[in-house]
Amino acid sequence: MIRVALPAHLRTLAQVKGDVMLEVHGEITQRSVLDALEASYPMLRGTIRDHDTQQRRGFVRFFACEEDLSHESPDAPLPDAVARGEEPFFVVGAIAGG
Amino acid sequence: MSGVRVLVGTRKGAFVLTSDAKREQWEVSGPHFAGWEIYHVKGSPADPDRLYVSQSTGWHGQVIQRSSDGGKTWEPVGNQFTYDGVPGTHQWYDGTPHPWEFKRVWHLEPSLTDPDTVYAGVEDAALFRSNDAGQTWQELAGLRGHGSGPRWQPGAGGMCLHTIILDPSDPQRIYIAISAAGAFRTDNGGETWRPINRGLKSQYIPDPDAEVGHCVHHVAMHRSRPGTLFMQKHWDVMRTDDAGDSWREVSGNLPTDFGFAIDVHAHEPETIYVVPIKSDSEHFPPDGKLRVFRSRTGGHDWEPLTKGLPQSNCYVNVLRDAMAVDSLDSCGVYFGTTGGQVYASADAGDNWAPIVRDLPAVLSVEVQTLP
Repeated sequence: MIRVALPAHLRTLAQVKGDVMLEVHGEITQRSVLDALEASYPMLRGTIRDHDTQQRRGFVRFFACEEDLSHESPDAPLPDAVARGEEPFFVVGAIAGG
Repeated sequence: MSGVRVLVGTRKGAFVLTSDAKREQWEVSGPHFAGWEIYHVKGSPADPDRLYVSQSTGWHGQVIQRSSDGGKTWEPVGNQFTYDGVPGTHQWYDGTPHPWEFKRVWHLEPSLTDPDTVYAGVEDAALFRSNDAGQTWQELAGLRGHGSGPRWQPGAGGMCLHTIILDPSDPQRIYIAISAAGAFRTDNGGETWRPINRGLKSQYIPDPDAEVGHCVHHVAMHRSRPGTLFMQKHWDVMRTDDAGDSWREVSGNLPTDFGFAIDVHAHEPETIYVVPIKSDSEHFPPDGKLRVFRSRTGGHDWEPLTKGLPQSNCYVNVLRDAMAVDSLDSCGVYFGTTGGQVYASADAGDNWAPIVRDLPAVLSVEVQTLP
């Protein structure tokens, strides 16, 4: 199982507490994890990636294993610790605004 | 027993305030969608339990919520607002062309007859409609296709379509207003539109009498006289009696004719309300006195309404969608402030009292009169 840590706004929207646990098939990448996340929680569509372009929204960042993966290819493999479910894949709202 | 439900959108969530017809004791529910900006909450005239909410943040964009039980439970519905065809460009602040980009929904206007049909006014300015209770949205592209779109420009708050008025006597007629393009009308259900800005004068644009480019802040109508509209423009309070074909100024003796909110008494179509704001650079009431002004003559002659409102050291704003009326026999008037107060008057504005004092900044106030 893949662990995804959502920011507070999205936990409220998805009505979840704590990390989300996802079954992800095939290679573990940003795209496959986010596809699985949106399949399980369709209300999150458009809030992390743009509906049309599937690009990461400007004020959203992706982190795992203390690395900023925001600018990595969405099809690049995520760290092994994420793939093994030992570390969460973090979706983070950038520090901006009030 | 009849009562009212006040739907309040704030910078950090939605609140629902309910009372019986006396409007003295209030129950406060919320925050709903805590932490999200709630630009607008509105109920269906055809089914008071059907509510729609515009929820957004800069981080995560737009979400639309729907309730079918008067706000007890909510369900996220469709949030994909895709402009029809090639979006094109509008004017940016510096006058250069700027591509149309969806940012948020400012206003939701449910159909007068069908709870599953709802219109959305969005930034960058466009009008969308859903016929499936918010699951999917289609642009009424004739508005941006009018041809003047490349000359529209954002106001300080963005280029937003903030006002949608459905004509109760003619389902084909809709009025909308955009800051800063002006007011538009369709007479064929949204297929084609025309600007209705003749008579507006805006000294801050290159041609004060231009067909488009006016910063209209809000427009209100009484349902018994759908051809008469009242407008709070950036500066000037205006009126038309020919469905927008021509406007005339009715600012009269207001202490300042800048402001955002305007509304009409539920039973007296010539009684209107505004909240004068000092200026476009000082978004607070003149002299630190929060005063609603009422005209019983459709404009020109205005009286200040002050009982129960702070008359010193008050420096809040009342935004364009933050005033509403109920339709009980003694018309109730409501408004919210950027200081987080929601004030109510159960006697058409003669006396006021706060329902709540310390909400986040209020973006919108709507009222449902319940059977």
